[in-house]
Parts: sequence; C-alpha cells; structure tokens
Amino acid sequence: MSTTATAPLDRVQTLTPWRMRHELRAAWIVWKRELIRFVRQPARIVTGLVQPILFLFVLGTGLTSLVGETGGLDYRKFIFPGVLAMSVLTTAIFSAVSIVWDREFGFLREMLVAPVGRASLVIGKTLGGTAVATIQGSIMLVLAPFIGVRVTALVVVEVVAASALMAFGLTAFGVFVASRMQKIESFQVIMQFLLMPMLFLSGALFPITGLPTWLSVITKLDPVAYAIDPIRRVFFAAQDLPAVALVRFGGGVEWFGHVLPVGAEVLVLIVFSLVFLVLSIRSFGKTD
Amino acid sequence: MKHEQNREPAVEATQLSKRFGDLDAVKGVDLEVGSGEIYAFLGPNGAGKTTTINMLCTLLRPTSGWASVAGHDVVKERRAVRSKIGLVFQDRTLDDQLTAEENLAFHATLYGLSKEDIGDRISSVLSMVGLANRRKDLVGTFSGGMARRLEIARGLMHAPQVLFLDEPTIGLDPQTRARIWEDVRRLREEEGVTIFMTTHYMDEAEYADRIAIIDHGAIVATDTPTALKGRVGLDTVRLATADDTWAVHSLTAAGFEADAGEDGVIVRVPYGEAAVPALIANVGVPVRLVSVHRPTLDDVFMHFTGRKIREEAESNGSAMARRFAAMQRRR
Repeated sequence: MSTTATAPLDRVQTLTPWRMRHELRAAWIVWKRELIRFVRQPARIVTGLVQPILFLFVLGTGLTSLVGETGGLDYRKFIFPGVLAMSVLTTAIFSAVSIVWDREFGFLREMLVAPVGRASLVIGKTLGGTAVATIQGSIMLVLAPFIGVRVTALVVVEVVAASALMAFGLTAFGVFVASRMQKIESFQVIMQFLLMPMLFLSGALFPITGLPTWLSVITKLDPVAYAIDPIRRVFFAAQDLPAVALVRFGGGVEWFGHVLPVGAEVLVLIVFSLVFLVLSIRSFGKTD
Repeated sequence: MKHEQNREPAVEATQLSKRFGDLDAVKGVDLEVGSGEIYAFLGPNGAGKTTTINMLCTLLRPTSGWASVAGHDVVKERRAVRSKIGLVFQDRTLDDQLTAEENLAFHATLYGLSKEDIGDRISSVLSMVGLANRRKDLVGTFSGGMARRLEIARGLMHAPQVLFLDEPTIGLDPQTRARIWEDVRRLREEEGVTIFMTTHYMDEAEYADRIAIIDHGAIVATDTPTALKGRVGLDTVRLATADDTWAVHSLTAAGFEADAGEDGVIVRVPYGEAAVPALIANVGVPVRLVSVHRPTLDDVFMHFTGRKIREEAESNGSAMARRFAAMQRRR
C-alpha cells in the first residue's frame, strides 16, 4: 500500500473501551473549544444580532406598511421565525467555515496529527457549531415581545430543538464545504453563493407556496426550507391566528402536490445532516 | 555521545524517499538517531528537511523506503507513532483565543491524557519553559518567543519519546533563540526525550550531538559537530606581509602549504595557533597581521555542498523551494 490513497489511521485497531473514551473526550474538547471561543467574543454575539434586527425592524416594518396585514398577521410576525432561522444559518455556516482559519493558522494541523480518529474531530467540531448556532438563534426569542409574537414555554422548547437540528445539518454541510476550501478568500464566495441563496430560497422572507414552477423547484433543494417550516409552525400554533392567515402564510414544502408533514421535514433534515457529516469525515480523511 | 543508550534507535530510516510529481524532494535518506540524542538536520530551504520530518511524523506517506519512530513503522503503525511523538511546526499553531493552559489541555485531551494527569503535567511543562506565571493568559498576548516556548511545552505534554522541532528558532531574535536552546537541552536532561530538529542556522547546529547535512534531498554527511569540522580539515592562517610572493616562497621552502591569496598569504596547518611562531620565524619578510581561522559549520556546509548555506536560501533557485514549502504548510 505504498502510494495509494491514505489508509485509515489504523485499520486493524479495535474499539476498546479505553479507545472509545479517548475518542469521546477528543470530540468533547473540540466541542468545548468552539464554545470557549464563542463566549470570549461577546462582540460577535452582538454583531450577529444586527442583521436579524435590520430584517425584522427595518425591512419588516417597511414591508408591513406596503403589504398590510392579512387576517391579523403582519409581515414582521411572518418573517420572525425566518429571521430566527437566518441567525442559526449564518452562525452555523460561519462557525463551520472557521476551519479554514484553523487551516490557515496551522491549528488544524495540530489537531490532525493527534492520535485520534478524524470522525471524533469532525463530530466535535460539528456539535460545537451546532451548540453555538442554537444559542445564537435562541437569543432571537428575546425580540419576540417587541413585535407582538407570543412565546410560551412549549415554543421555547420546540424552537430550541428545531434550531438545534437545523444547526447540526448546516454545520455539517459547512464543515464539508470548509474541508474542500484552502483559502480565506473563498469566504466571499461562500457568502454570495451559499448563504444568500440558501436564505432567499428558504421561505424565510416570503411563503414558498404558490410560486412559479421554476422557483418552486429550486426552493425544494434548499435544506433551510425544511427547517424554517417547522419553526414557523411552532410559532403560528401559539398565536391564535385566523384560518385565512394560516392558509396564506402557513404552507410548507410541497412534494408532488402534497404539503410535507413536519415529521417528513425533520426526516429530510436528519438525512441531510448525516450525509454531510459522513462526507465531512471522509473529506478530512483525505486531506492528510 | 554520552546520551546514547543501549536501546533501539529512536528514529531509523532506510532509503526513505518522497517524490512530488517529477520533483525528487527526498532521495533515499538513511539515518539512525539514538535514544536521548539531539540530532540536527542542517540544510538550506528546500533541501528536503521538512519533507523528511513530515514523513517521519506520518503526515506524509513516503514514495519508497522505510522508517520507524519510537519502534513503530511510520506507514503501518501511524497511530502508534503519533502517540509517541511531539511535534513543533515551523509556523505558529496555537489558538490565540485560548489561554496557555487551555491550549495545553486541548492537546493533552487529544492525546488521551486523563483529566487528573493533565493539570499536573501543565504545571511541569510550563515551568520547564519558564511560562508558569502566564498559565491563565490568552496566547494572543504572547510574543513570538513565548509562543514558541509554549509550543515546545505543548509538544511535551504527552511525554513523547521523540520531539520533532522543525526550524524551532526561525524568525526569532538571537537572545530568544539562545533561550530556546537552553530549554531544549534542559528538557533533554529532565525528560530524556530524543530531539530531532531541523535548522538552517549554522551556529545552532552546534548545540546538537550529531548533525546530518542535507542538500538536494540527500544526506551528504553525518557526524558530531567537532568531527564534521575535523573532516573539513585544516585551520587556515592568514599572514599579511610586506612581500607576499617572497613569503610564499620561503614558507613553501620551509615545508608549509602556502598560497598567495587576495589579501595575504594563506597557510593550511593542522593547528593554527600553535603554528604561528614557526610561520613568523620562517616567513623571512616583515609580517603586518596574522589571523587564524578554524573551520566553522559554515565551512563544513561549504565543503560538502560547494555553497554557502545562506546564499542558497536567498538565491533565485529557491523559488521552487519556497513554493514547495508553502505547499507543505498547507497540508
């Protein structure tokens, strides 16, 4: 096996309890590093709130005066779940792509040379990004009272859970993208070609039902769409909305003319997450 | 070598080679480093030092040849090798947003140290490099020299058998470089760790027990600093005289190996200082100035490669080497 593709670190080693514990602790410390870095940058947390606030209070207020209310639901209330999800999306992707910085500053090499499996490092990193993005998204809940969105304990629990799943999938996706990137300059590319399209096509800013076919097809390819709909349903369920508003704004992703139930959307997200988690692990195995 | 013990070699390589495309970066390196030895790879940029280190550290798969580190094959037992080596890279690889302690704990956890051991070990490695009082400080506030010492401490966290230092003092001021060398020699005493390092600073290679001179991907000489100097040969005595031609005549007649150089007569003798009285007595013309030059590692490098090491590092020919080094850093 001279010059062939890199073999697993040690293909014959068995997963002893000691080794398992070592791998788990490795994943844990990578996860912990993400959180330490997150709380050490309060400025980043605050900056992360600026964009959603602009969307919610500037764009939202402006468009509300243009389109008015439908059945007691103004535009700001409609985009609130989307803006929360946007916060999760941005944080997850940027947290994942910080691997490129780690590569640039050599810290990635320090991790890759350690006697641990790549899977542990990737899982730790992904769960770290998941935690950070979930926290950042959940902070958005404090803005709810300002636009008259009612938040119950159940909403908090469900939103945190949905955000976590969404964050996990998007971080896994981001880690995969980062594993293929060599340079920080590619960051702009990420912004233009990933973040903005994913946001615009997700249904965060307008309902994705009743769109022209070409646009409707593209929205179905956006993983964020499958995450925003469950989050929006959680909010809507707590708002006592009239039927007319639910019909106009409540539609989720449709497949073959049928609206997907939340369970199916969650399943899509889980599959998406796992696929990219596996791809990331494989991708790092090759960067040797 | 007082540190060499009667154990298996810490690092061993046979015909180790690496080819990138049509570039032979390392061409059949043979080496053997004893346990507890400080072994230095001396060579210009692009000579194959980092490529060799990367192969020994399992970061790069050899194209051909064989190597073992701490008794494990670098291809077949990568994980075992990795757990027994410490690595200090050429570039800074710390997380500036973590404290010194957090950086060390991160490393130790990846290397499987238990939580209880980590705290104690952090204290001892930090005091070994004189950073005990900076334990809780963010690494972003560290100077280049401190960061480098912290990286050495980190490389030692898991008590490796072999510590690889790739250009450990590059870009540091002379005082800091001396300080790092003190640390390295002390930790060899205290930890008994084998040190495999690369450098292109001539003066630093003298700190090593043994030096391998590497050029164009091949080792051209291996020995102790003293022996290498001995192999380069004789001391040179330079005499500035009133009449150099006459001086050469009379010295040659007296049995010395003398030539007229640009600014004086050059005489090659086994031991320069001792020969000065005899030279003066035999030269036959007034002498204005005498200087004795013993071979340095610069001369050693020159002798074995035909070039000065620093010229090579800066010449155009190293553009390839630099591109190549950048390529490796990205790995």
